[in-house]
Amino acid sequence: MSVLVYVEQVEGKFKKSVFEAVSYAKAIADKTGTSLTAVSIGNVADNELQELGKYGAAKVLNVASAELKNFVNQAYAAVIAEAAQKEGAEIVVLSNSFSGKGLAPRVAVKLKAGLVDGAIELPQLDGGKFLVKKGAFSGKAFAVTELVSANKVIALNPNAFGVKESAVTASIEAFSPAVQPTDLTAIVKEIVRATDKVSLPDAELVVSAGRGLKGPENWGMIEELAGLLGAATACSKPVSDADWRPHSEHVGQTGIAISPNLYIAIGISGAIQHLAGVSSSKVIVVINKDPEAPFFKVADYGIVGDAFEVVPKLIEALKAHQA
Amino acid sequence: MKILVCISNVPDTTTKITFTNDNTQFNTAGVTFIVNPYDEIALSRAIELCAGGKGTVTVINVGESATEPTIRKALAIGADDAVRIDAAPRDAYFTAFQIAEYAKEGNFDMILTGRESIDYNGAQVAAMVGGFLDIPSVSIIKKLDYDGTTATLEREIEGGKEVVTVTGKFVASCAEGVAAPTIPTMRGIMSARSKPLVVVAAQPIEEVIKVVQFETPPARGTVKLIPAEEAANLISLLHTEAKVI
Ligand SMILES: Cc1cc2nc3c(=O)[nH]c(=O)nc-3n(C[C@H](O)[C@H](O)[C@H](O)COP(=O)(O)OP(=O)(O)OC[C@H]3O[C@@H](n4cnc5c(N)ncnc54)[C@H](O)[C@@H]3O)c2cc1C
Repeated sequence: MSVLVYVEQVEGKFKKSVFEAVSYAKAIADKTGTSLTAVSIGNVADNELQELGKYGAAKVLNVASAELKNFVNQAYAAVIAEAAQKEGAEIVVLSNSFSGKGLAPRVAVKLKAGLVDGAIELPQLDGGKFLVKKGAFSGKAFAVTELVSANKVIALNPNAFGVKESAVTASIEAFSPAVQPTDLTAIVKEIVRATDKVSLPDAELVVSAGRGLKGPENWGMIEELAGLLGAATACSKPVSDADWRPHSEHVGQTGIAISPNLYIAIGISGAIQHLAGVSSSKVIVVINKDPEAPFFKVADYGIVGDAFEVVPKLIEALKAHQA
Repeated sequence: MKILVCISNVPDTTTKITFTNDNTQFNTAGVTFIVNPYDEIALSRAIELCAGGKGTVTVINVGESATEPTIRKALAIGADDAVRIDAAPRDAYFTAFQIAEYAKEGNFDMILTGRESIDYNGAQVAAMVGGFLDIPSVSIIKKLDYDGTTATLEREIEGGKEVVTVTGKFVASCAEGVAAPTIPTMRGIMSARSKPLVVVAAQPIEEVIKVVQFETPPARGTVKLIPAEEAANLISLLHTEAKVI
């Protein structure tokens, strides 16, 4: 028996959200009295795989096949399901990343397993029940979900659990699963990644702006503020609808749901659909010239003022703070 | 070309969410139900791809008869016909299984869904349908082109995008950017009434999950206001008090 965690690599490296998933899976393994195995797919160097030991992965199955270099969820799901069977793992953990969202449901179907996507807490093992909490109704509620199947899949939300060290030495084992050619009919043609930007779903700090900014030409100060903080940038829906910013930055009920440690909302009214995607942020700062803006009701810190005056002051203060 | 679009019946986006029966059930009293906003995007793209007699769009919903107004709305937007699998949608696994069972017979070139439903936010159905049918699935796409045999899809990834091609049948879940939602016309609304809507019985499948309890998030504290002239103080508060920077 073991818990299996899938560790998603990006260009041969693991991101923080992977270490969170490993830490979370290790905590489940401890709770259920089993060990933790990780499965990595793609080309990852041994020293990077060794990093997984720091967070409790005693064993790493390394699938280093050239045909599996790029993410194809049908094939990856087959690999993870085969790894779970090989390890006798009834619990599979992965990150609720964009790829994870496409993968977890297929792994669940393969293993005839219940799936909790977007888990935000460790499972409660309550009188033989296996309960996992997740967000529902676009952040307006939580659903405590019981996994009643023998096999269980959990996709962990970024920033929900944090990284916890529990150092072991990872033994790395080559693993050659039987992938069918029919599992590889979706072909990745091109990957475009903005390497200089903090990725929004994993970001710990987010600076976001809305229609109050008047036009795309005014985003320079938003980017400068985000740059100084090492934050990702986001926006409200009308802003991406008007093509002032890319759709990938749109947060809210119909955009991305995020839960960073700090969310700074500038010139955003705080409509219910916007709040739906950001209200689980740990600290919310609102800058709006309208003291009646609904966003102030959910904010921890607020400044009633004109963004064009306030933001430059914040930039100055940050530069002074960092000097 | 035949496209199947999965339609979820969800509470209107402005709904205040409450629960009944000791927080075990969503309180539907007074709630208006709508076509899941992402499903509208998928539906609009399907209609665009089939425009000019290039194909037909079937919408499918797993739901009891109360969901029919939502299905009619999808027909008014421009779907050609509709299927309702007559069952309460227990969870994504159940729903995806029903859709896959129906799709097995229908010979669809592609099956589209929204990226997630705005009630359970599972983002599961598309990939599960792909799993049950053992055909490719591509989740959270921002763009979809189709030349009759090969689809070119843009998938969102952290900090970027990935271009994927698929030949043959596939499933995809659509996000913002795939198409602008289509507003039904008066003619669409009138003709929706006479478009075919077939009701199909659900197939049994084991239960894998159960929602046992809902909770609402704790109310947030009151806002600490900082005068605009002293905006700089925010930075030190975030550092020393909130400890987030
Ligand atoms: C089905 C549906 C789904 C939706 N999904 C989303 C979603 O996912 N995300 C989302 O964001 N929205 C969503 N919306 C839209 C949402 O209802 C609001 O319309 C939107 O969030 C408003 O964006 P905004 O606050 O940027 O713009 P506005 O509502 O125009 O507000 C602008 C704010 O800026 C302030 N302001 C103006 N000038 C300044 C200045 N100089 N300095 C400081 N403040 C200033 C104003 O006081 C105002 O509060 C959805 C709507 C629907 C119907």
